[in-house]
Parts: sequence; C-alpha cells; structure tokens
Amino acid sequence: MSVETQSERARPEPIRAVPVRHPGRWVAVAVIGVLVAMFVHLLVTNKAFNWSFMVDEMFRPPIVAGLRGTIALTLLAMLIGVGLGVVIAVMRLSANPILRGVAWGYTWFFRAVPRLVLAILFGNLGILWSRIEFGLPFDRQIGALFGIQDFEARLFGFSAVDILTGFVAGLLALGLSEAAYMAEIVRAGIQSVDEGQTEAAQALGMRRGQILRRIVLPQAMRVIIPPTGNETIAMLKDTSLVAFVPVSTELFFQLKAVGNRTFQVFPMLVAACLWYLLLTSVLLVGQYYLERHFARGHGRAGAARVKVRGLAAEAGGTTGEAVTR
Amino acid sequence: MTAPTGDTTTARTGERDVMVRAEQVHKSFGALEVLKGIDLEVRSGEVCCLLGPSGSGKSTFLRCINHLEKINAGRIRVDGELIGYRERGGKLHELRESEVAAQRRAIGMVFQRFNLFPHMTALQNVMEAPLRVRGEKKDVVRDRAAALLERVGLGDRLGAYPSQLSGGQQQRVAIARALAMQPKLMLFDEPTSALDPELVGEVLDVMKDLARDGMTMIVVTHEIGFAREVGDSLVFMDGGVVVESGVPREVIANPRHDRTKAFLAKVL
Repeated sequence: MSVETQSERARPEPIRAVPVRHPGRWVAVAVIGVLVAMFVHLLVTNKAFNWSFMVDEMFRPPIVAGLRGTIALTLLAMLIGVGLGVVIAVMRLSANPILRGVAWGYTWFFRAVPRLVLAILFGNLGILWSRIEFGLPFDRQIGALFGIQDFEARLFGFSAVDILTGFVAGLLALGLSEAAYMAEIVRAGIQSVDEGQTEAAQALGMRRGQILRRIVLPQAMRVIIPPTGNETIAMLKDTSLVAFVPVSTELFFQLKAVGNRTFQVFPMLVAACLWYLLLTSVLLVGQYYLERHFARGHGRAGAARVKVRGLAAEAGGTTGEAVTR
Repeated sequence: MTAPTGDTTTARTGERDVMVRAEQVHKSFGALEVLKGIDLEVRSGEVCCLLGPSGSGKSTFLRCINHLEKINAGRIRVDGELIGYRERGGKLHELRESEVAAQRRAIGMVFQRFNLFPHMTALQNVMEAPLRVRGEKKDVVRDRAAALLERVGLGDRLGAYPSQLSGGQQQRVAIARALAMQPKLMLFDEPTSALDPELVGEVLDVMKDLARDGMTMIVVTHEIGFAREVGDSLVFMDGGVVVESGVPREVIANPRHDRTKAFLAKVL
C-alpha cells in the first residue's frame, strides 16, 4: 500500500524557518503600556475617586436592596419578554391573517415608543383608571340599553394604585417592550431552521404545536440565544430607566442618591460601573453554558472535540461496517 | 389492514388490494402547472419506481401522496382513504390539521436530503414520532427503535448525532425513523441523489431488504439498476404527465415512446 511505502522512506527534516517579524506590534505594546500606566496613575493619585468611601458605601443595605431590585427587574422583564416574544413570533408566522396583523401591530407600537417614555407612561396609567376591574365589557352601556341604571357585571377588581405600584408598572413597561424585540429575534430564529425539518416532522404525523416545540424551537435556539444575551445585558442597563416611573429600589437610583446626599458624585458613578460590569460578567457565563447546551449535535458551534470524535467514529464506523457486511 | 394473499370473493377485495390510487391529479404552483392529470395505481406489496428528467413533476407527485402538497384537482386514495379531504354530499371538505396528521402516520417518507433532526441522536430521531405522536411506552419504543437501527446496519451508532454520521448512515437512520411508525406505505424521494457514489449501495441494500419484506414502496429515483432489479412497476414521467409505464425490465429494454428512449439513452 502506498501509505506504508511513504513512511518507510526517510522523513524529511521538519521546517525551522525564521518567522516573519512584527515590529508594529512592539510599538503598539509600548503605546498601550504608557496609556495604561497613565490610567492607573490617575486611579491611584486622583483624590476625586475617593476609593475608601466608595467601597464603604457600595455594599450598604439600600444599595444592596437596589441591586436586588435591578436583578429582579432584569430577570422578570426578560421572562415576560421571551415568553411573550415567542408567542408573538409564532403569531407573526401563522397562517391566520388576524393573528399576523395583531402581532405586527404589537411589534410596531412597542418598538416605536422609547422605553423611557413607556416607563413614564405606565407609571401614570393610574390617571386613566382609579380601579382595574374584570367582568362583562361595556356593562353600563348594555345596562342603559335595556333601561337598567348603573348595571354592573364585574367579577373582581382592585385599586389601580395598588396593582400599578412603581415596580409592576416599570416591569410591564420593560417586559412588554422587550417582547417586541424578542419577537423579531425569535422569528429570525424560527425562519433559520430548514424547511425540510418541518416537512420531515409533518411526514411522521406530528402536529404543528409538537413540531414547533420539539423540532423547530430547539434548533432555532442556536440562533436565538446570542442576540438574547445581548438583550439581557441591554435590559440590565435599561432597568435604570424605571427611576422615572418612579421606582426607587433600583441600583443606579440608590447609588446616585448616595452621591447626591454626600456630594461624592463621582465615586458613586464608578461604583455603578463596577456593579454593572460584575452583573454583566455573570450573565456572560450563563450565556456560555446556554449556548453550549443548544449547540449539541452541531459540530461547528459545538465544542471541537465533538467534531473530532465524530470524524473518528465515522472512519471507524464505515470500516466496521465493511467487515460486518 | 390489507391482506395481500387472502384473495376472497367479495367485490371489495380487489379494491382493497390497491394501496395507492391516484386519479387525474393536477397540481399548479401559481401559473405553472406541474402535474397535468396523473393516473397511477400501486397495489399492496408492490414496489413502484418513478423515473423522469428533473422538473417532470415526479417529486411533486410523491409529496401530494402524503399531502405535503395540496392538489388542485383529482383524487388520491391511500388504502381506500381519500387523502386531505372528506367527501360528503358530493362536496369536498378540507380535513383539519389533526386529521391530515393522522393520515400521514401510516405513510412513511424518506427525503433526498435526509432531514434528520440534528439536535437528536440517531436513537432519539427514530423514537420521536412513536413517543410523541402515538404516545407509546418509552421502553417499548426504545427496543423497537434499536432493533430498526440494527436492521439498517447501525446497531452500534445509536448515540451518534446526525452530524457525526456519513450521508449513507444518515439516510439509513431516516429510513428507520419512517419505519418506526409502522407505515403501510413508504415514499422515497430520490433517496440516494445526495449521496457520494460509494455510499449509494448501502442505502439501496436497505431498500431491497424492505421490498423483500413486502413493503409497499413508491420510489422516485435515478437508479435504473434498482428499478430493474427491485421494481415491480416503472412509471416514466415527463412534463407533468405519465409518458409510459409497465414492467421495469420491459420498459427499460424496449421503451415505446421517444421521450423515454431519449431519457434512458442519457442515464444508461
């Protein structure tokens, strides 16, 4: 066999060539080094940073409560956003023109209005209704039609101020707005899955809902997760907008309050940067594991070892088969 | 279930022996008429090979049989049951999605590009439909799926993902996946066209094995050798019509129509 005769011949000497030099890199390192040194010098010597004050303040109970509020808002708003986003994306791709139209209208409205405006708007919804009640719609009008004065068919209700507290209003503003963006991301993900997948599942007798849940969405996740990570990080930062609802149990509001009270504005801004950096880093770790989970079965996005194992198995598999056949 | 051997005297028996009956099937995509009145009869246990140049409508026709494509005119019956519609009071009513899905359960399909589910292992691919569609018990399904994969020569690759399998292996998993629903009819849409030449044989072997077991099969193919060796009937299509049909050996040896002659001259 030709492979064997090749290995019997003397193996040529391995190449030890002089590598290409990159003088530009050394210049860049020098420039960056000087800039970093200047920055560190600034951090250490400039009194305005007031590090010890910052470290003392950034772990105080009101700040930690604000931190908890920010995390809760981020997670809950993303939960609403992803859940509702999937529903709207599916509606948007439906064969039913009414569902399609409603989904389009929803995305149109919530992408058009800035989150800041939405936050303030939802904070002021109490102006429209003093109470929120559930029951027969237009009950008074229907009553009037049949000559009954003050006809009321309401099952239950609660005071708008109770339910639309700052937190709920802020959460709704962020979550509903997020759903519009997530809907577009999910739609792109669903459309990225090959048509043949749906056909194969149909041919097996699977129904639309099953195909979506078992076949299409799990594959769409590979496309959906990276932009969703982006959205989550953006949401983490946008939670600072609920200060305008107003909601006070939120990280940035609390940090700024301390800054304003103590006239140490800058250290508290730095503290905000550090807290957001930390939270974002935690999110990135979560995203890494999610992506790895949904990359299963895919050589390219998955770990390289899966691919190598696959290649080895393929080579082994075909030879093994040749023997059995 | 049909009983191909027990030929009784009732008038319906002859009818029930027919697995697929297509009458005057028309299909258009917009202004383009792809099928211009296809008549076809496939008996239970028969292997019918559809041949023809690309664009002749043979794949479209195959996809009409399990209602992946809606036909514009004509009727298709599988095992006596009208596909996609219900006839009531001389009027056709569209079947609901769940009813169409129920009809498809008895019809297996194998695609040119395999269409395995890439996020599932070979075993999971085969188990998916019996579990989710028929709601069978997991251990029963697992045993049957493993046995089917063993039958197509992949008993040692149960845990492999499709990306870790060669094209021929993927297509054999796809055949096992279709068989897991215990269909009475199998449709093959150019099952070997996307394969490297050296991998075609292993897939054809599995199909021959199926044919020997008495499975009713409709095979769209370019493999003349397979049609001659395994096929009970051969249908040559061109331009959306059936040009000629008959016993494969005779049609291939003595084609009567010029178009069949021209096609066979190119592929043989």
